[in-house]
Amino acid sequence: MPTRRPDDPSFDLEMKRTVTIEVKQLDRVVIRFAGDSGDGMQLTGDRFTAETASFGNDLSTLPNFPAEIRAPAGTLPGVSSFQLHFADHDILTPGDAPDVLIAMNPAALKANLKDVPRGATLIVDTADFTARNLKRIGYDENPLETGELDAYHVVPLNLTGMTVESVKEFGLTRKDASRAKNMYALGLVSWLFQRPVESTITFLQTKFAGKPDIRDANIAAFRAGYNFGETAEEFSVRYEVKPASMATGTYRNISGNLALAYGLVAGAQRAGLPLVLGAYPITPASDVLHELSKLKRFNVTTVQAEDEIAGIGAALGASFGGALGVTTSSGPGISLKSETIGLGVMLELPLVVCDIQRAGPSTGMPTKTEQADLLQVMFGRNGEAPLPVLAAQSPADCFAIAVEAARIAITYRTPVIVLSDGYLANGSEPWKIPVVADLPTIDPNFTVEPNATDDKGQPTYLPYLRDPETLARAWAVPGTAGLDHRIGGLEKEDKTGNISYDPANHDLMIRTRQAKVDGVDVPPIEVDDPDGTAKVLVLGWGSTYGPIGAGVRRVRAVGGKIAQAHLRHLNPFPSNLGDVLRSYEKVLVPEMNLGQLAMLLRAKYLVDVVSYAQVRGMPLGAAELAEVIGNLVEETEGIDDDARHLGSAAAGLKHGEALHAEANGRPKGQLHESEGAR
Amino acid sequence: MSTVDLGLPSLPGGLRGVPAATEPQNRKEYVSDQEVRWCPGCGDYAVLAAFQGFLPELGIKRENVAMVSGIGCSSRFPYYLSTYGMHSIHGRAPAIATGLAVARPDLSVWVVTGDGDALSIGGNHLIHTLRRNVNLKILLFNNRIYGLTKGQYSPTSEPGKVTKSTPMGSVDNPFNPVSLALGAEATFVARTVDSDRKHLTSVLRAAAEHRGTAFVEIYQNCPIFNDNAFEAFKDPETRDDAIIPLVHGEPIRFGKDGHLGVVRDGFASLAVREVAELPGGEADLVVHDAHTEDPAYAFALSRLTDAGVLHQAPIGVFRSVDRPAYDDLVRQQITTAQETQGTGDLQALVTGADTWTIN
Ligand SMILES: Cc1ncc(C[n+]2csc(CCOP(=O)(O)OP(=O)(O)O)c2C)c(N)n1
Ligand code: SF4
Ligand SMILES: [Mg+2]
Repeated sequence: MPTRRPDDPSFDLEMKRTVTIEVKQLDRVVIRFAGDSGDGMQLTGDRFTAETASFGNDLSTLPNFPAEIRAPAGTLPGVSSFQLHFADHDILTPGDAPDVLIAMNPAALKANLKDVPRGATLIVDTADFTARNLKRIGYDENPLETGELDAYHVVPLNLTGMTVESVKEFGLTRKDASRAKNMYALGLVSWLFQRPVESTITFLQTKFAGKPDIRDANIAAFRAGYNFGETAEEFSVRYEVKPASMATGTYRNISGNLALAYGLVAGAQRAGLPLVLGAYPITPASDVLHELSKLKRFNVTTVQAEDEIAGIGAALGASFGGALGVTTSSGPGISLKSETIGLGVMLELPLVVCDIQRAGPSTGMPTKTEQADLLQVMFGRNGEAPLPVLAAQSPADCFAIAVEAARIAITYRTPVIVLSDGYLANGSEPWKIPVVADLPTIDPNFTVEPNATDDKGQPTYLPYLRDPETLARAWAVPGTAGLDHRIGGLEKEDKTGNISYDPANHDLMIRTRQAKVDGVDVPPIEVDDPDGTAKVLVLGWGSTYGPIGAGVRRVRAVGGKIAQAHLRHLNPFPSNLGDVLRSYEKVLVPEMNLGQLAMLLRAKYLVDVVSYAQVRGMPLGAAELAEVIGNLVEETEGIDDDARHLGSAAAGLKHGEALHAEANGRPKGQLHESEGAR
Repeated sequence: MSTVDLGLPSLPGGLRGVPAATEPQNRKEYVSDQEVRWCPGCGDYAVLAAFQGFLPELGIKRENVAMVSGIGCSSRFPYYLSTYGMHSIHGRAPAIATGLAVARPDLSVWVVTGDGDALSIGGNHLIHTLRRNVNLKILLFNNRIYGLTKGQYSPTSEPGKVTKSTPMGSVDNPFNPVSLALGAEATFVARTVDSDRKHLTSVLRAAAEHRGTAFVEIYQNCPIFNDNAFEAFKDPETRDDAIIPLVHGEPIRFGKDGHLGVVRDGFASLAVREVAELPGGEADLVVHDAHTEDPAYAFALSRLTDAGVLHQAPIGVFRSVDRPAYDDLVRQQITTAQETQGTGDLQALVTGADTWTIN
């Protein structure tokens, strides 16, 4: 293990405990940190994730923030949370329900309790449990005293008070001192789950380097929390979740937005082109702008434009100049960009348009996730304006998808849409770090010489002369002598690119642009159908990959036969998709929209897929999918209802069973292989 | 939030970085093979001819000239020039040209737009481009009408104007494009007239030499939908009293026999007076200084333009001041990052600081 453990002698602790502590082995834990939006819960979750990643567990995270930056303190709308699922085997989701909830105030307890199953542990900061605070959120009595939490393992602690006490030597105001309570809580759970803590201390040293008092107070609070677990005899058990057996290699933890930013840079670098991002801030896409803005040394230019239209305009202008133009946004911004995307389709220039979807319509629920922009990006333009559409299936997959988008955009001279969503953007997972030298190289194949002869026999340049293989047009950039030309949004004559209103030419150009996109080379879709006898296929796209995979494992664990496949290319579809769909009796398509992929599949393949549509702004749950899949398998196989109840059996798998079920065989196309359960 | 010293670069001319032509060029080389399709008598013809005649003068490589236009009659401009060009979408040319200018310091980038294109649908992009001071040149063909869509009133049409969409007269208060540009703190703002080739060319030259955004309003006659909108500036009978000529370093005096002049008038404003009635005569006139830092001066000049039917307006360069260009600053930050952090190591980037290894 690379990281120093707290029980290393160099980690100075005052060991006072007399009773030995039992260490319980778990194969996975779902933990949720919840507090006021000012309590630093996201930071706490990030740190716990980093500790867990460096320990070598597989993990998956789900941050959940309130829409308001700072809703009034102590209120239900102000509650922010961060959920982390970590395990000794490979896992696919951040978990449906927490085993441990850390609630930093009464509102955090109340807002999250409905998600917490009975028997789970509640670590509650009691400092704010005053009559007034309780009343404010609708508690007439203190729930810690009424017995209403008897079904849980409740650990009430005055975390705030103990934090203030632990940092008193730094002479901070009570308010400042109590702000370190998140670090105190982090120290405590780091102890509870035997997390390596050095990275957090280094992190605090760097983060607060300029504010020695705050730095020291946070470190002191963190250590005090850790020591409290060690010495206070409040806890008789510690837990151990062994490192996961993952494929050999070097790993890091990465969020979807960071992976997307890195993938865009990698794509540009592999093409040898400068990257120009034009973007306007919008949740949940802004972090891509932030990350790319830090990467100027990679010849990355970021233009924070006056609006989304200008953002994509700048990107398209840069592409006209021979750079890789990129724009990043979310649904409302994509709507604004539609006309310029159409221009890009007409100009046939490379352009990568990233839509980090959020719950709509209109402003919708900006901090919540959804997959309801699929039809918008497919068809939301005037005229016949086809373009390739890709969707990342996990946070780390955002990297590979971005590289793929750059490849298609540059090779075929076309705008390409990348779909991600809030769940992928902010969620994170371990990522086996790729060797960048092994990534595909992308050839911009600029035209630098005349590519035809005119009727007078003189060499000339035809901007819309196409590569017979890819149908990509000949791309000459400004500054190339002898190849000056004019392009625009008006219909073009074939080959010359001159303005043309000729009916036959228009029909030809429409069909040619369509054929170019239809002909984009896309790998065949792989189906995970272990013994090849399943009658039901579950097909997803985008961020439902994790929950669907987890649901499939549960169904298989109770004996159900189910095939799984996941689409990363939504336009064009993989060429074998029709055959795959037709080779199953039933195809289930779960989506976080009202059945948009289902509609496309029915239209294109005349296959009556079964749509499972949920639009709650939250990722689909593994248990929920297990039930839906199980029921469909049961119905299709003609299994007698009373005999097995596959759906509810799969959904109702108890703790350990479900974990083992989910650990068995990750579907194909995954990013990091695993030997499965120990 | 903190701010940092940007270490501003020196302020060279608008064409710095654009490769020079190796051989002398002529007008013909800049004429494309496309048939020009404006209505007979359209003011756009004169501007095109002047522009084609002026480009060879710049002495830069033809392939390093890039024209970006929006949508409108005037936006057809790029098709008629044998340079690189993009006829884009309505109102967005300044945004597209910004990306091009940022990516390509070796190009001379020109935006061609109309009063509807630039001031209505594209108003936002226009003001933000001006405020950023991107090194590109904007030619706004102001015919005070929507030409391409066949004659609706535009954001520069005079109040009361009767058009297809305003049968009882327009109730919109118009923009004065020069005032708007100055309000956005544009560093170079000029106005010229389609029919005065000499003046037009001199303004184009000054614009090309300016580093940063150069905004040029061109009074352009649309004989089909708004004929004679600028007649006061063309009719030999009226033009001397109509044109308030702005010549840097000279007193602003005009009219038949120079009987009119511009004087200071109250708080931050200017007025036109009979020179003979001024106590100090010519000595009381404002000496035009286009380099005045405070845009209030040029703004006051711009207010001498009639808001309704045009009888009088200043023509010439209102303002020409130095301020670092956005695209230069953007590129400089990249250079600085590469100098201080090295050119990026992609493997190190994706690897990051927190890793673990499974053997
Ligand atoms: C998004 C969009 N809206 C509307 C139009 C229709 N349209 C084309 S040009 C134009 C107005 C042009 O006026 P102006 O910019 O003054 O140019 P002019 O034709 O007068 O040179 C309009 C409304 C369009 N092409 N695109
Ligand atoms: S409509 Fe007016 S502006 Fe357009 S081409 Fe004709 S004359 Fe010129
Ligand atoms: Mg007009």
